Amino acid sequence: MRMEIKFGGFGGQGIILMGNITARAAAIYDGKNAVFTPSYGPEARGGAASSNVVISEEEIDYPYVTNPDILVVMSQGAYEKFAPILKDDGLLIIDEDLVKLRNGEGKVAKIPATRIAEELGKRIVANIVMLGFFTGVTKLISYDAIKKAVLESVPARFRELNEEALEKGYRQGIEWQEE
Amino acid sequence: MKKQIKFYSGNIAAAEGALVAGCRFFAGYPITPSSEIAEHMALRLPQVGGVFIQMEDELASMAAILGASWGGAKSMTATSGPGFSLMQENIGLGAMTETPCVVINVQRAGPSTGMPTLVGQADVMQARWGSHGDYEIIALSPFSPQECFDLTIKAFNLAEEYRVPVIVLMDESVGHMFEKVVIPPKDKIKIVERKKPTVPPEKYMPYKAEDFVPEMACAGEGYNVHVTGLTHDEKGYPQATDPEVQDRLVRRLCDKIRKNEKKLRDIEEYEMDDAEIAIVSFGISARSSKAAVRFARQHGYKVGLIRLKTIWPFPDEYFEKLADEIKKFVVVEINYGQIKLEVERNVGREKTHLLPKMGGEIHKPEEIYRKIKEVYNGN
Repeated sequence: MRMEIKFGGFGGQGIILMGNITARAAAIYDGKNAVFTPSYGPEARGGAASSNVVISEEEIDYPYVTNPDILVVMSQGAYEKFAPILKDDGLLIIDEDLVKLRNGEGKVAKIPATRIAEELGKRIVANIVMLGFFTGVTKLISYDAIKKAVLESVPARFRELNEEALEKGYRQGIEWQEE
Repeated sequence: MKKQIKFYSGNIAAAEGALVAGCRFFAGYPITPSSEIAEHMALRLPQVGGVFIQMEDELASMAAILGASWGGAKSMTATSGPGFSLMQENIGLGAMTETPCVVINVQRAGPSTGMPTLVGQADVMQARWGSHGDYEIIALSPFSPQECFDLTIKAFNLAEEYRVPVIVLMDESVGHMFEKVVIPPKDKIKIVERKKPTVPPEKYMPYKAEDFVPEMACAGEGYNVHVTGLTHDEKGYPQATDPEVQDRLVRRLCDKIRKNEKKLRDIEEYEMDDAEIAIVSFGISARSSKAAVRFARQHGYKVGLIRLKTIWPFPDEYFEKLADEIKKFVVVEINYGQIKLEVERNVGREKTHLLPKMGGEIHKPEEIYRKIKEVYNGN
């Protein structure tokens, strides 16, 4: 089945990397088909950033995300912008410290990803915490695959930190699923 | 060596394909949405003993890759619409001097500077007719990062085999999307090298060809090398007032491509066996088209897809033959009707329909499906 995922936030949070890692994990380590398309325009740090992933067991023809099944947002701006295109029965995943929800949302999974990253000592790994959470909540990608894709994307000296960030997020994701 | 599996954007895949093909010289000027190719070549070429030069503009970039080719290197540049326009004069020089080289055009929406970050497919005719005078060119159009890799290798091979600039007509969507790319082991990839002279230097005729394509001696190999944009005879001497020499030369420049159209033909047919309607498309548009065909088939429409991987030379004979079997042709392209003209020329006006897109976005499969229904029902 075709699954469309959109990651949104602001430039500098590593939103583009999240899409890249997710699709690479699915395509290379889980053996599925996956397409990753970064939003591409005159963008800058602090501005809106988004990236898109399509994952499927079948061949993927149309490469873009039009109505995501899963929306992962790490800024209020991205939430306001992309929530309207989320599928009716879609899943919304948010950094709960950065996104204030309007009333009447459907399925929502929350995690204080940036706070957790700060506790780990580096705010910059918030996206990896979020990726771990996303993996635990959705089970779209195996933990093994996402871990490999994360670790090959970061410099050697930050591997341990990123692995810890990923695992923390993942465990919370599993807990969310069990609830 | 084993095959490798990478996760590449189309732009990076094209650059890696060039390296595998043996490209060791890149001259270019950065332009959105092709810049990643230059960026990647700047990183990678020094690692393999090649040369990367950022030139002052696209005119010079094109000139530099012609020079590098005559120096014996496989050479390439990459650009987008506005830069492609600036390269046209020297692409013509490349055609006239029969210089193997590859030009990648990652198309964005035009005309002029248009929409720098967004997709277009409107340089199809420019790729064919962009420079003055009569000449033929080869242009290939990949629809995935995998094909950006494969077809860039093929572009180099054809450039070497036919001694002609080969255009890789990519588009912004294909250039920026990431997908799995399988890189076969080196010994499984076919690499073609230009034919070298087999006669001693005093007997060498640089533009005499047995089979359309002359053997090519490069500078420094001990042979006389004449390179001129003026009409030249078999020795390479300018004969700018002799219509007979002009006749021989221009015929050969065109016929070496035209008469090999069948060999150069590269078409993917999808669901064409019992098709009554054929979508004709290429590049990123063919992906939306394929989705639409899949969907239409589920709803009982006898429709198929003809995807052109080689755009130039255009497969006239192929379409002529199909004209009797297929009721309607629907050309899906991100321009206001370019390949449509070629299809129309072969199958007739009444059979040809166009689903254009002016640029900035790709077709949605739904729009193509609607067009299929409309044409199917005779509206």
